[in-house]
Amino acid sequence: MNYSEKLQNVTVLGAAGKMGSGILLLTAIEMADLSLLPENKGKLFVLNAMDTSSEALKGLMKYLKTQVLKAAEKKVIALRKVYEDRADLIDNSEIIDQYVEDVLFIVRPTTNLEAAYESTVIFEAIKEDPELKVKIFTQINQNNKKSPWFCTNTSSIPINVIDSKANLGGRVLGVHFYNPPAIQKLVEIIKTENADMELVEFANMLAKNLKKIVVPSHDFAGFIGNGHFMRDAQYGIAQAEKLMATASFPEAVYMINKVTQDYLIRPMGIFQLIDYVGIDVCQYIMSVMNPYLADENLHCDLLDKMLEIGVRGGQNSDGSQKDGFLKYEKGRVTGFYDLNKKAYVAVDEFQANCDSKLGNPPASVQPWKAVVGNKKKEEVFVAYFNDLKTFDSMGAEIARNYAKRSKEIGLKLVSDKVAFSENDVNTVLLTGFFHAYGPINNY
Amino acid sequence: MTKLRRKIYMVAGYNTISMGTGRKEFNPKKERPGLEEYIREAGQAVLKQIGGAKNVDEGVIGNFIASRFNRQANMAGFIPYIDEGLRYIPCTRVEGACGTGALALAAGIKSILAETAEVVLVLGVEVQNTVKAIYGADILAAAGWAKERKTGHAYFFPGKFSDRSKAYAERFDREKTRAAMAKWFTNAIENARLCPTAQEFHNTTKDLQACGLVTPNPKGFVDSLNVFDCSKVSDGASSIAIVSEEGLRRCGIDKKDAVEVMGFGMAEDDITKPPTDPTVLSTTKVAVKKAFESAGVTKDQIGTVECHDCFTIAGVMATEAIGFAEHGKGIDFVLEGNTSRTGMVPFNTTGGLIGWGHPTGATGVHQAVTIWEQLTGKAGDAQITMKPERPYGLTINMGGDDKTLVSIVYKKAE
Repeated sequence: MNYSEKLQNVTVLGAAGKMGSGILLLTAIEMADLSLLPENKGKLFVLNAMDTSSEALKGLMKYLKTQVLKAAEKKVIALRKVYEDRADLIDNSEIIDQYVEDVLFIVRPTTNLEAAYESTVIFEAIKEDPELKVKIFTQINQNNKKSPWFCTNTSSIPINVIDSKANLGGRVLGVHFYNPPAIQKLVEIIKTENADMELVEFANMLAKNLKKIVVPSHDFAGFIGNGHFMRDAQYGIAQAEKLMATASFPEAVYMINKVTQDYLIRPMGIFQLIDYVGIDVCQYIMSVMNPYLADENLHCDLLDKMLEIGVRGGQNSDGSQKDGFLKYEKGRVTGFYDLNKKAYVAVDEFQANCDSKLGNPPASVQPWKAVVGNKKKEEVFVAYFNDLKTFDSMGAEIARNYAKRSKEIGLKLVSDKVAFSENDVNTVLLTGFFHAYGPINNY
Repeated sequence: MTKLRRKIYMVAGYNTISMGTGRKEFNPKKERPGLEEYIREAGQAVLKQIGGAKNVDEGVIGNFIASRFNRQANMAGFIPYIDEGLRYIPCTRVEGACGTGALALAAGIKSILAETAEVVLVLGVEVQNTVKAIYGADILAAAGWAKERKTGHAYFFPGKFSDRSKAYAERFDREKTRAAMAKWFTNAIENARLCPTAQEFHNTTKDLQACGLVTPNPKGFVDSLNVFDCSKVSDGASSIAIVSEEGLRRCGIDKKDAVEVMGFGMAEDDITKPPTDPTVLSTTKVAVKKAFESAGVTKDQIGTVECHDCFTIAGVMATEAIGFAEHGKGIDFVLEGNTSRTGMVPFNTTGGLIGWGHPTGATGVHQAVTIWEQLTGKAGDAQITMKPERPYGLTINMGGDDKTLVSIVYKKAE
């Protein structure tokens, strides 16, 4: 496998989407860096940024320019060496501008799928729709004479299903980036039994060059990331529904969200995370995974109900959060949705009441932000979770059960042979979800 | 340099805030004061203390490179902008990279000596936060030889002093050199915390020495300096009036509020040549020697120094160039606490370039203002007590990599 040769003609499908644009950015920079190596002088590198929306492609090119500029500014020390023999490039500004130009020169925005017919590698980050993915892969595979490699960013569909339905003969791999791909360190690599080993080697090398942390996952619907998240979300929703016997809808959602963030020391509460991913996306992923699960029903009526009313969550194209279970104003949470009233209720109206119901967490608690970068966080967690064990408050009770359930989910991923090891499960949660500790622990 | 043929005084100094990262009010995304505001604030503050624009014979403004940071040249035209009363007086802009400020002072001193003026308004200004540091590095590289830029480091000047630091550490004592640089940083920040206009006034870091000891990371920055070794990017202006005896009378200023310029020394080195010995600030050494001769003093009479610590290593090496420490012993001199505010010779009592800030073209003037404040008892919380046997103050302002040097010796006027 010639890594550099394989990356001379690449297509990213769904390039203007949230995941696609990040994958495109990383690939563009990697390809440009290859093109600038002395041994590749004169070789043509092409990266097709394919998306169905022309408008979105315009936004993509703008995004790309800003991001590449930032990347260039960051690595100008190295770039000065790269352009060492260019006597006309003297100032940092000239070198940075040249690099941005060199990266953008590789990228060809297009709305035509035909562009992929010439590519040797195809990254796919389109809608999480098995039929659509299979259809497009089939079409490309039939028209592309180069026996291309397919890297799908699916977070839930078994890769072997895509492989056999699109008749790809093992030339497909799950290369699952986390959102946003330019920042999140995790890449889950999912290979089928039939996988082309050269492709596996290529994907691992690419991930390494992109400075990603690779966690291999078995080819089982949802893999590790969604395998944990979707069940964790389902549990959270069920707990909120339980609370609804004695609390209003927004109060229940608020309390579970608060416990999962503050008591469990996570970067955000479970309902905020559902909003972040998108209520529609969560529902869809569950529906894709569910048929493959023998002993459980991964489905939440509550998500269906929210979507029926049109509350979807997700993000705007500028990265800001759309309203979902929670209402957001300038990045702050200001309200919670009330499904009965079909309107948001200001958080101030019930926050104090709910907080006093939950009670405070043990005094040894620290906010996620303060712990996540702490080299001695292990000690903090040991002390805190020890205190939590015997702490008498409603919040502590919910948190204990939640952490227990999260661990069970993690262990089941290993025993069900989705994850190769407990450590892999923890790595996914630590790097893909920014948790400060893994779910499988002895706290 | 020979003894001065006339008595020269400096009075009515003023520093604006040194604005940039570290100041609470600094927000790179919001609009900030520009050259005009800084010049006017500093200039007007001096005029107010000297009885107004009518008393000024001449103006000198020092600015390194507004032509690139602010798309502005012909800087002398901003002197009449300070006050309408300054229209049509003779004005000059001078430039000598980071040594610009003291070149402006020297130009003022020479006008008084030449008896072409009795009162000279001197200003220094630089507004550098208009571009990101990585592009600012390109602009500041103009202080070196342009033909070296291509082969230089992305952060050109930190690269130059990183080389000096490396050479010094290799030749003498690696660990001690790092410790002395960290100590220099610690002193600078502690002093800056006492001066409300200092860029590091709001600094609350607990373990400064630990910051200073951080191992340099060549991948992200230069080989032998960490970010704490470097002065920051600053916006600001400083101004002071240089006057003769007659000028003092005209402005109605009491001698107790004035410092006398006892002597000064200037020296220039070839910009195209690398330092003969990177562990020595040879041009600084010459300028200081000339200043001492001109003033008729020795190092043992110097009670406080404002030196050009654009990088901590430059501060350490300055102690040797002045003669306080032998070659290679500056690190011990600093580590023993001699340069701290309670030490034998307090250096950079309001933080220097590292702590107070380094609005390049203003720095030389800022040094003079600080000495004027210290010797006349106007330094507020940063005030040091001058020892009777060491009544003199010294400034050293350096342009480029030890190329353009002005050193001045001051004493409280009698």
